[in-house]
Amino acid sequence: MNYLVLAPIVLVMIALRFTRLNILGWLAVWWIAAYLAISYGIEPPLPSSIIGMFMGIVTLALLAYLTVRTDDMNFVKRAAIRFLTDKKYTLPLALTVIALPLLAAFNVYLDAAKAPQPPAAGRTVHPPPPTEITFKGKKIDLVNGVNPYRELQAEDPEAFRAHLANGRKVYFQNCVFCHGDNMEGKGLFAHAFDPLPANFQDPTTIAMLQETYLFWRIAKGAPGLPEESTPWASAMPAWEHFLSEEEIWDVILFMYEYTGHKPREKEEVH
Amino acid sequence: MSKRKIPFYIISLIVVVSLAVSIKNVAESWQLQRELARAQSVAGEAAQQAGPQITPENSHTVEYRKFPFVGSRVAVWVIAELHLMFAAFVLAVPMFALIIELIGYYTKDKRYDHLAYEFTKLLSTSFSFTASLGALLTFMLIIYYPKLTTYLIAIFSPTFLPYVLLFFAEAGFLYAYYYGWGKFSPKVHIALGVALNLVGTTIMFIANAWLTFMNTPAGINESGGLLSVWGAITNFTWMPINIHRLIANVAFGGSIAAAYGAYKFLGARSEEEKAHYDWMGYVGNFIAIAALLPLPFAGYWLGKEIYAYSQSLGIVLMGGTFSWLFIIQAVLIGNLFLAANYYLWVSMERIEGAQRFRKFIKYLLASITVCFIVWATPHSLVATVEEARRMGGSHHPMLGVLGVMSAKNTAVNILILTTYISFLLYRRGNREATVSWAKLGNTVQFLIFAVVVSFVVFLGVYGYFVEAKVRIGLSVPQVLSVLFAMISVTVIDIFMFKNAKSIGPIRWGKIPARAQYALFFLAVTFTWLMGLMGYVRAGLRQHWHVYGVMQDTSPDAFTPTLGFASGVVSVTVLIFFTFIAIVFWLSGLSGKKDWEAGTGKTAPSKGGLDLAEEGQS
Repeated sequence: MNYLVLAPIVLVMIALRFTRLNILGWLAVWWIAAYLAISYGIEPPLPSSIIGMFMGIVTLALLAYLTVRTDDMNFVKRAAIRFLTDKKYTLPLALTVIALPLLAAFNVYLDAAKAPQPPAAGRTVHPPPPTEITFKGKKIDLVNGVNPYRELQAEDPEAFRAHLANGRKVYFQNCVFCHGDNMEGKGLFAHAFDPLPANFQDPTTIAMLQETYLFWRIAKGAPGLPEESTPWASAMPAWEHFLSEEEIWDVILFMYEYTGHKPREKEEVH
Repeated sequence: MSKRKIPFYIISLIVVVSLAVSIKNVAESWQLQRELARAQSVAGEAAQQAGPQITPENSHTVEYRKFPFVGSRVAVWVIAELHLMFAAFVLAVPMFALIIELIGYYTKDKRYDHLAYEFTKLLSTSFSFTASLGALLTFMLIIYYPKLTTYLIAIFSPTFLPYVLLFFAEAGFLYAYYYGWGKFSPKVHIALGVALNLVGTTIMFIANAWLTFMNTPAGINESGGLLSVWGAITNFTWMPINIHRLIANVAFGGSIAAAYGAYKFLGARSEEEKAHYDWMGYVGNFIAIAALLPLPFAGYWLGKEIYAYSQSLGIVLMGGTFSWLFIIQAVLIGNLFLAANYYLWVSMERIEGAQRFRKFIKYLLASITVCFIVWATPHSLVATVEEARRMGGSHHPMLGVLGVMSAKNTAVNILILTTYISFLLYRRGNREATVSWAKLGNTVQFLIFAVVVSFVVFLGVYGYFVEAKVRIGLSVPQVLSVLFAMISVTVIDIFMFKNAKSIGPIRWGKIPARAQYALFFLAVTFTWLMGLMGYVRAGLRQHWHVYGVMQDTSPDAFTPTLGFASGVVSVTVLIFFTFIAIVFWLSGLSGKKDWEAGTGKTAPSKGGLDLAEEGQS
């Protein structure tokens, strides 16, 4: 949060509470306040696509408020008609007519003056997994399968710890360079990639997924991504060429252990 | 041109321009899709063209046929969707027509009986449209997807004869219900309505078995051979779809009926007519919103069952290929709630005494806006490389958490409660409680809302700190607490406002025209939403006709782009409303006078209503 921006906005809104402003002025202040808060009050800044969407919703809501009461609507209608027809507003009207295309042109200039960069694109973050994969000739069931070493956690804690230790070794030998030593996706190589490597600490990534899903992603990497929802633009290697099945299951155990998340369990069908 | 006709021409212009733009977009997108598909299927088509002529001996080997210009998939898609929309309407209207008739029967208020008949008038033509579209869909499936159809017939053949017989029964009950209005004793007529609803619902349940089997097949062995017809019918998503469709049909039907009321209101020439159609629009909208409130819960259950059936399907649905459609869905549902509340707030203008509640509108609007924003926030944001780097990835550290189900569930629950509060204020508009404990009642109601909202938010936040299984389970207490709030507050309200003092009349008909446009907006949005979500449910299978059992090997076996799919759905919605306009027009003909020989035109209509004696105004 950028409190330097938010604090004055809050003060203005409190002052607005004690000011007798007509509906148009009131809505204008709210719209500008919402724009400033959304665009500059949040750190890190939001992407322009989200600012556009949020402001679209805010604008719709303010328009709804404006038109809920017939009195307010008539006031605005009368004000607009006066502004367009009353001679005393000729100069402001002329200035408005000139300013609108100028503002549009200025906006175009600002866009054109920016350094060229790839266009924003919506990505599908979770590629849909197949129902099963073949790992070095062995079929792995992604729908009903489980991590074969997960049950050791309760049955044989010592053996489980050995698998965790092996997973730690695998992670720090192979994964750390991109996904980082804290699993936040900020490894040494991370800044060379677009999109950035996944942040496993985020409660909305691996905590939402079954372990078989992670096995598929690690084993097959970018080359194994489905044809739908392309381009995936992933730099993830297919680790089936470098790791054994056990090593992959172990590193999955370690990822959940290290982040404190629990894997999603297969749910019962009712 | 009379002033009254302007909105009609404006609407016509908008419809024509929208249709043109949509068709243009779809055509462009279609061309691209076809080029891609053509590249994939060129070898297959060449083989097909060079293949042997179809004879009785080899006729069973035909797997697909090609529909000209738009392709088989789009053709079947549009017809199936149109059939579904009409079927939903035809199944929904008898439900609330019967309820309204029952209210009229018990209250002895003729207005309700008249309103129920007005709704039923829409059924006759719609039923014919539904049946025609259903027949067309069947032919198209047989012609263009013969192999799939043969397989589905093999699985579900025992259900077809009951389906057809029930369809005959529905036709009989429907026409007896419509033409028998006022001709039978009320009890016999109500019994006809009950039978019509039971038969209609059973028909829908049977058809749902066929389509849900394609998504989550059951009752078959590994090679797809039938083991149990009952098992195939009661597949994993059958009951969630049954419940979801039952509720959604009522919401959709209510919105279309409300749009009919709005259409008639805008064209009404007398105060009586305006009052009647204003009331009709209100009742239709009430039905639509009352059904909309529990709909997200039913949808959530369906989504949960899909995920439980298959992780792959679940991820394709909510996190993968179709996830962006859920952002569109959120925007549309947010608009639905906004428009529904807007209609209620504007409607308060016709209630003497409701002015005292105006001050609450801004708070309700703020709640809707915040919930709308939370619901529409995607998990991974559309960002340029520079923006993504500033955020540290495609997930914003603050907003990323709004993109998952914990936040969405919390938002939708509060959205539902907010809409309920709007209803409550509307209901209280011209009434003042006279009971001695009114103050205490209000305090208790306020406390219930405060506690439930806090509980819902607490569970939403708590969901981030527990494992997925627990988090998903938290939606149940969220839903139950919201239901508890709505039921308990309603019960208190009913007792509190018993023998309440009226502080002014409801001036039916004295409602701004923009409220009626809100009803049109609601109907179009409901329909669009149905089309989009229907596409998600069917498209979820991706390159499978029957998921995991029968692969789609046609040239259309690819998932279309979001833009193309939205375009097809939009065109379908426009076609549907063109048909609905015909239904509205045909329904209105009965109120017109007979054509008079010699003048070459019909005598001017008196509006088809004479409500003064019914105490409408």
